[in-house]
Amino acid sequence: MLMHFQADQAPADQAHAAGTPVLALEGITKAFPGVKALDGVSLRLYSGEVTALVGENGAGKSTVVKTLTGIYQPDGGAILVDGAPVQFPTAQDAARSGVTAIHQETVLFDELSVAENIFLGHAPRWRFGLIDWRSMQARAGEILRGIGAEIDPATRLRDLGIANKHLVAIARALSVDARVVIMDEPTAALSHKEIEELYELVEKLKAQGKAILFISHKFDEIFRIADRYTVFRDGQFIGDGLISEIDEAALVKMMVGRDVSQVFPDRQSAPGEEVLQVVGYSHPTEFDEIGFSLKRGEILGFYGLVGAGRSEFMQALFGITRPSKGVTKIEGELAVVRSPAEAIAQGIVYVPEDRGQQGAITAMPIFQNVTLPSLGRTSRRGFLKLAEEFRLAREYTERLDLRAASLDTPVGSLSGGNQQKVVIAKWLATKPRVIILDEPTKGIDIGSKAAVHEFMAELAAQGLAVIMVSSEIPEILGMSDRVIVMREGRIAAELEGDDLTPETLVRHAAGI
Amino acid sequence: MSETTTRHIPDRLRSPLEARLKSWESLLLLVAVAIFIANSFASPYFLNAWNLSDATFNFTEKAMIAFAMALLIISGEIDLSVAAIIALASTAMGAAVQFGVGTPGLVLIGLTTGLACGAFNAVLVTRLGLPSIVVTIGTMSLFRGISYIVLGDQVYKGYPADFAFFGQGYVFWVISFELVLFALLAVIYGVVLHKTNFGRAVYAIGNNPTGALFSGIRVARVKFILFLLTGLMAGVAAVCLTSRLGSTRPSIAFGWELEVVTMVVLGGVNILGGSGSIPGVVIAAFVMGLVTFGLGLLNVPGIVMSIMIGLLLIGVIALPRLWEKWRRRVARA
Repeated sequence: MLMHFQADQAPADQAHAAGTPVLALEGITKAFPGVKALDGVSLRLYSGEVTALVGENGAGKSTVVKTLTGIYQPDGGAILVDGAPVQFPTAQDAARSGVTAIHQETVLFDELSVAENIFLGHAPRWRFGLIDWRSMQARAGEILRGIGAEIDPATRLRDLGIANKHLVAIARALSVDARVVIMDEPTAALSHKEIEELYELVEKLKAQGKAILFISHKFDEIFRIADRYTVFRDGQFIGDGLISEIDEAALVKMMVGRDVSQVFPDRQSAPGEEVLQVVGYSHPTEFDEIGFSLKRGEILGFYGLVGAGRSEFMQALFGITRPSKGVTKIEGELAVVRSPAEAIAQGIVYVPEDRGQQGAITAMPIFQNVTLPSLGRTSRRGFLKLAEEFRLAREYTERLDLRAASLDTPVGSLSGGNQQKVVIAKWLATKPRVIILDEPTKGIDIGSKAAVHEFMAELAAQGLAVIMVSSEIPEILGMSDRVIVMREGRIAAELEGDDLTPETLVRHAAGI
Repeated sequence: MSETTTRHIPDRLRSPLEARLKSWESLLLLVAVAIFIANSFASPYFLNAWNLSDATFNFTEKAMIAFAMALLIISGEIDLSVAAIIALASTAMGAAVQFGVGTPGLVLIGLTTGLACGAFNAVLVTRLGLPSIVVTIGTMSLFRGISYIVLGDQVYKGYPADFAFFGQGYVFWVISFELVLFALLAVIYGVVLHKTNFGRAVYAIGNNPTGALFSGIRVARVKFILFLLTGLMAGVAAVCLTSRLGSTRPSIAFGWELEVVTMVVLGGVNILGGSGSIPGVVIAAFVMGLVTFGLGLLNVPGIVMSIMIGLLLIGVIALPRLWEKWRRRVARA
């Protein structure tokens, strides 16, 4: 599958020669050890307009937000406010220039009043640093009315509902005389009605002449409220323009288009007999009626947006949480899985996304991490046999080409990629039938990524059934035999063969 | 991408012996020896076999609880109700004496009361998911409160003559029954913590309970067992202490929970869980016994003694931190 797609990088200037952008990024670069997060990107925000920033996970969106709000310092390029170059060495400097962000989870304080929450850290003051409560209340009321929120500033935050709390968070963001408002996935936690209210709010802010940067995965939202778009891919600027001049298909193509065939191992998939069958798995809040079957030697991908319920479902399959309904069958026989210990006994293992907390016990040595679920085999009558443990740990870590000074070093001292190898080694040592990998290459370097991919292919070739949860489209396309797309806790599509394209994945995941 | 030649990864870089020599336990052992030598100079009565034997009673009963407490603290939990469990178990035995129960029955009652109290803590912590420090502060008042209600300002006496063996009996020459039991329990707990799958699970849970659960460890079950063991050990200590004193007051073993925790932390167990060893706790028991005994020979009053123990605890915990800070400052300069 080869797709060389180059968006015509028609600069937005022609379409909008009229105004100077309120805020502009020009050729910004930012590198982290092993990764170039931003590679010469540009972004322009205009007064009274909503610009949607579009890109896959890892495209560099959140790095841009952190650069704009003074949390990260760019390695190169320029930030321009009203055409004049500026620097944001701290978050306060960004706020002083009128840049403010509404995050997915703004930290608020339940025990404080609405006005205190809005002005915490920059309350109006009398002499001697005493807080001017009256003007604080008055200004809080003004800001709240400005966004159409009917909330008494004196109310304790605890007494508000979740939607009103969200409005307080927005009011807090606007309390610094904002000219540029960044909204990072603002609708992720909102209900349908609340989303409508948010749209109205965005219209109000536009009318007040604020420049809005809107980050969202949801295409219906983007086409509904954005005036312009900017697309990033892998930390690079791909293109920008007016929303009215592009359609969904073209935007999706800009977002995902790339050559994915080269970096992944060549696999001849030959699925064998069925190993795992899941029927009607449901949970009151996280997922609903999930069912599928999995064969030996198969890699089944699970794609979806963050929050689609993939990890929650996998953890239920592994016995961490209990489904309210649903059956698991292993090799045709009913399997009762009420705890991870029972899942492991049934041959189902899970490599979690959160390596530091769930995957490994980072303070303990490598060999003890590897043998932890296999202690039954490396011991005799409950007594440890260290020589056996070292033998088992060596066998599996060396198969994964682990780089470590010794098997006695704590897992926490290894790089992310090597930590992941320890976690995978730990599970392979239990000789599983089904291995679930949740975002297996998230946050690890390119070299380890390729090693993990190759190893996954090798496992499948040896007859292991693999489930891979991934939000990276190239990884999903490059590794999976079959893909289940989840959206809002349900299976949106099951794709195979020619149906498996970046466009179909994004469409089903976003519900277009 | 990946090479065909696999790299060999060595088991360890440091030998276990080297690791042991550089450990907290060896430092503590030096402290113990120093205190021993200082004591023998300070008092002419110190180097006497019977005096030294008497000294062991300062720590044997507390140390029995400290072994189980060490495992509990390593797993990230704590039980502050242990002294109250002693009071309740002792009260239960004293009440049974009034009904003419014999020595085997008394021991059974003492141990069962301890187990039952441990189970009560275990249920509250593992089934209801409450924090153990709060739960056991609550049960500390509850258990001792029951003793006070039953006894008031009364005393239970009249324990059978052969019951005295547990706290006053000698197995051989100056070697008391309690000292033998202490040594036996030290070996058992040392083996359980350091040589079994169960002990490995305790460390794993203490370092990262979520990671342990995701690795298939039955976290709740391990913690349940640890609370049971701690209750049982408090029951054992109750039998020994009651036997040694020959009577039961509701104030029995008052404040012991802090001395037990002190002993565990002094022994190098991380109060936040995840690390520590039984040999460390054994040495810490000797250190605390030697300090209190030495000060006793010098006629230092009890209140000063507890001040000394408190300073000792703060000192041993603060010293490594101060050392680390000082080294960093030197490195920066």
